[in-house]
Formats: sequence, C-alpha cells, structure tokens
Amino acid sequence: MAANTTETMTINMGPQHPSTHGVLQLILELDGEIVQKATPHIGFLHRGVEKLSEHRTYHQIIPLTDRLDYLAPMSNNLGYVLAVEKLLGITDDIPERAERVRVIMAELTRLKSHLVWLACHALDIGAMTVFLYCFREREHITDIYEKVSGARMTSNYFRVGGLSEDLPEGLDSEIRAFAESMPAHIDEYEGLLTGNRIWQKRTIGVGEISAEDAIDIGITGPALRASGVDWDLRRDNPYSGYEDYDFEVPVRTNCDTFDRYKLRLDEMRQSSRIILQALDKLKPGPILADCPKVVLPPKQDVVNNIESLIHHFKIITEGFKPEAGEIYQGVEAPKGELGYYLVSDGSTHPFRMKIRPPSFVNLQALPQMVEGKLLADVIAVIGTLDIVLGEIDR
Amino acid sequence: MSDKAIVEKLKAKFASEVLDVVEFRGETTITVNKGQIVDICTFMRDSLGYNLLCDLCGVDYMGQSPRFMVVYNLYNITTKQRIRIKAPVAEENANIDTVSTVWSTANWHERECWDLMGINFNNHPDMRRILMPADWEGHPLRKDYPVQGPDREPYQGRLS
Repeated sequence: MAANTTETMTINMGPQHPSTHGVLQLILELDGEIVQKATPHIGFLHRGVEKLSEHRTYHQIIPLTDRLDYLAPMSNNLGYVLAVEKLLGITDDIPERAERVRVIMAELTRLKSHLVWLACHALDIGAMTVFLYCFREREHITDIYEKVSGARMTSNYFRVGGLSEDLPEGLDSEIRAFAESMPAHIDEYEGLLTGNRIWQKRTIGVGEISAEDAIDIGITGPALRASGVDWDLRRDNPYSGYEDYDFEVPVRTNCDTFDRYKLRLDEMRQSSRIILQALDKLKPGPILADCPKVVLPPKQDVVNNIESLIHHFKIITEGFKPEAGEIYQGVEAPKGELGYYLVSDGSTHPFRMKIRPPSFVNLQALPQMVEGKLLADVIAVIGTLDIVLGEIDR
Repeated sequence: MSDKAIVEKLKAKFASEVLDVVEFRGETTITVNKGQIVDICTFMRDSLGYNLLCDLCGVDYMGQSPRFMVVYNLYNITTKQRIRIKAPVAEENANIDTVSTVWSTANWHERECWDLMGINFNNHPDMRRILMPADWEGHPLRKDYPVQGPDREPYQGRLS
C-alpha cells in the first residue's frame, strides 16, 4: 500500500490535445487536482513569418498575414495594409467605399472568430450543442468570404490602397440578412448557456485577473475589458473610418471567465450593428486609391491601357519603395490589439517587420490565472483567453 | 499632453540619456542610452502614465555601429497615446537590462528577442528560448542568418 505522500506530479498537456486549441504544450505540476505550477511551451508552429517578410515585397506579405490568426484572416490583412499605408503616407487617400467594405469584412471576421471561440470554449467545458449552432453561422460567414475573396479561410482580400476586388453583385443584401439574423442567434446561444447551472459553475469566479495585473502582463482586447478597463482601439484610436459608426464598447468588471463570455457576446451584437450601419453608408465608388506608383491597377486596365500595364509590371516585379522610417499600427483584432511595427530602409522590402500578436501576450497570463486552482479550470482558462497558435508562433 | 511635452519632460529628467528624437508620420521615437533604460521606463510608466508595454523587439542594423536597436512601443491607456523608445545595443556587448520588473509582459517579449535576435537581457527571471527549440544554434532574425536556414543552398526559383 502506498503511504500518503506530499509529492507533486508533473503532467504533460499537449501539444496534441484538443483543449489546447492548437499545438500548445503545458507542463503542469499538480498537487492532487490543484495546479502548483504551469509552464507553457510554444513555438511548434513557428514558420518564421517575420524573417520571410524581410525577403518579400510589401504586396507579397499579405498572404503571409492570413496565416497568423487563421480564424480571423481579414483582421490580420487589415492591420498589415493599414501599417503599410501609414508608412507610405497614403492613409487619407483610401476611398470611402474601400474603408466601408474593410469595416464590414473586419466585423464579419470578429463574428467569425468569436463564433469559433464560443463553440470550442463550450465544447471544452462540456456543452456540445453550442458547437453545432455556432458552426452553422460560421459556415455562413465562410460562404461570404468565399464569394468576396475566393477563399474560405485564407482570404488575402485587402490590398495596399484598397481592395483586390469589389463586392460581388447582390452580396450586400446577403450580408445584411445575415447581420440582421445574428442577434437572434446570439440569444439562442445565451439560452443554452447563460442560465445553465453547469456553465455557471464552470465559469463564474474562474480565471480571475485584476485590471492592474492584466495591464501589467499586457492583456488586451475582450479579456482586458472584462476586467473593467474601458479601452477599444476602434473607438479610441480610430482607423478605417470607425469614427463614423455608432457602437458601444462593452465593459464588465467581474474579471472572470463568465464575464469574458458575456462580454464577447455583447461584442458580437455590436459587430452586427456596425455591419448594418456600414451597409447603409456604402455608396458606389472606387475601391482603390489613386496612387499609381504603389497601388496595383485594376485587372481590366492592365489589359487595355499601356500605363496601367507598366505600373502593374513595375509593382509586381520590383515593388514600391516607401520612405525610410518606422511606424507602428495597432488594430482591434477579435483577440486583442494586433500591431505591426514596420521599419523601412527605403528599399522594396521591409527592413524589419515585428508583429505584435494578441494571443502571444494574452497566453503569458495563463500561469498566474491557473496556479493554485483546479486542473479542470486550466481548460476553461485556455478557452476564455481565446488563443490561436498560428499567431503566437508566427 | 502632446508628444513634444512628453519628450521635454523626459529630457528634463534624463538630459544626458536622450540621444535623438524623431517624428515620422505623426509618431514620436525617442532614442536613449541603454545604461538607464530601467529608470527611464519606470519614469515613463509612473510619471508619464505609459502603463502598457505593447511590444518590445530588436532590430538588426548589420554594418552599422552599434549594430542592434531594442525598441519599446509604449501605450498610455488613460490618454490613449503611443510613443516609442529605442536603445542602441552594440554587437560585441549585446545585452541590455530587463524591463520585466517594470512591466511583467516584457518577460516573453525579451525571451523572444534573445531567441530570434541574440540580444541578452540582464537579470531576466527566465531566459530561455521561446519559439525555437531549446538546442537550436544561432539567432534566425539576425541579418547574417540565411533565410533558407543554415547549411542549405539558397532557393533558386522553380526550374521549369
């Protein structure tokens, strides 16, 4: 018979584990069911995006950004093209229609990302039905993605100076119908979860982090707002015309998994509002800025107009050369602040591109949120932090 | 408070440390000596309100001296302002004091910077590689590190 011991047990969780949302490995030191120490190991998905970027022209980097947070590709595209436009100094030249479409797609992306978060978070905790409901709506957004960009996940849709193509005929009414239906769907998810005793027991008071600790460890996005910090880049440092829309920034103060859940659902309702407003304001017009030296000309012009052909050839074979300098552009991605720090030396390639992925920084808070708590809470906290390893490892 | 006023306040406190101030596309970048970086960051946080360290990274200016630049992108959540601090780091003595005592978030950023750029952070609580495997040799984001990886021929394009 084994005597009672005080020995701790070390358990390896991941990198092949459905609840780690990708190739995340956690080394957990357990005393019974209590986590004494949690050590995350990351890097299994490292593809060297920053290194590759230094060897590509500015346009060639857009497809790489799709593969950072692959659940929210258009948010990554948006942050990157805004950063390049800022570096070039053409931010004010972007046509209104392009900005509106960018906002519509970025908010659809937020819905898409939050739907996957809710589906997987609920599934991890044991509520399977929600998963099926969420993926039903996500499928709809994926279809819209396909109609807009030709791809269901790696969209590669935005361009420096505008969009690769205009919205297809009739898609705006489809998006409108979807955005109008979304609040009812969110009520449906809430009906399955919010009042559910098991859900409440698994989320209320779990993974608490105070506002001071959250800022200190660098948490951004919904996780920070659920700790009572009223900060949203779309409202406070607006980009792409976000100042034109009337929306609320939900803030909650209980700092726990349940509040983060409620807050993200509120955000989804606000996203539908923004999409509808943007559709109302959407007017016909150009979708590319009038800066022929940096903006790829429309395909139609390339085959009919010698000037456009020359510009197309120059931009594709050689690229454009931004002035030497450095800029940082942050956007409110679904998971938090996504930032691009670009350094240009005046050549056709970025001298340095640093991506500030929200998941990377948010994951850093995991040990302090789970240490001293139950092992089962680790699953809930990974879910509530909403991490994607594609952008953590880059 | 405008960026200019913030630069003035920093200059008043650390007159001999501020090397350069550049404004580009409405963003202010302050270059400072690396010696008192912890004091400067503490001052930025406590007296000027830059409570969030958004990002920290290294830049390799190979061929120039000093070779590296460590870049701190700061954000003030109260006034919603950004500012950037940079500190040059020489190649032969590639280290700088850690600011993880000022903002805990610097912990992983500095590990990444060491892992990929080879800049050491003095007094860091947990200096290990983070993205590359523990037994990896070299620092991939350095400009003299080949993009295709070590001991491989550069990609020549498709043959057909």
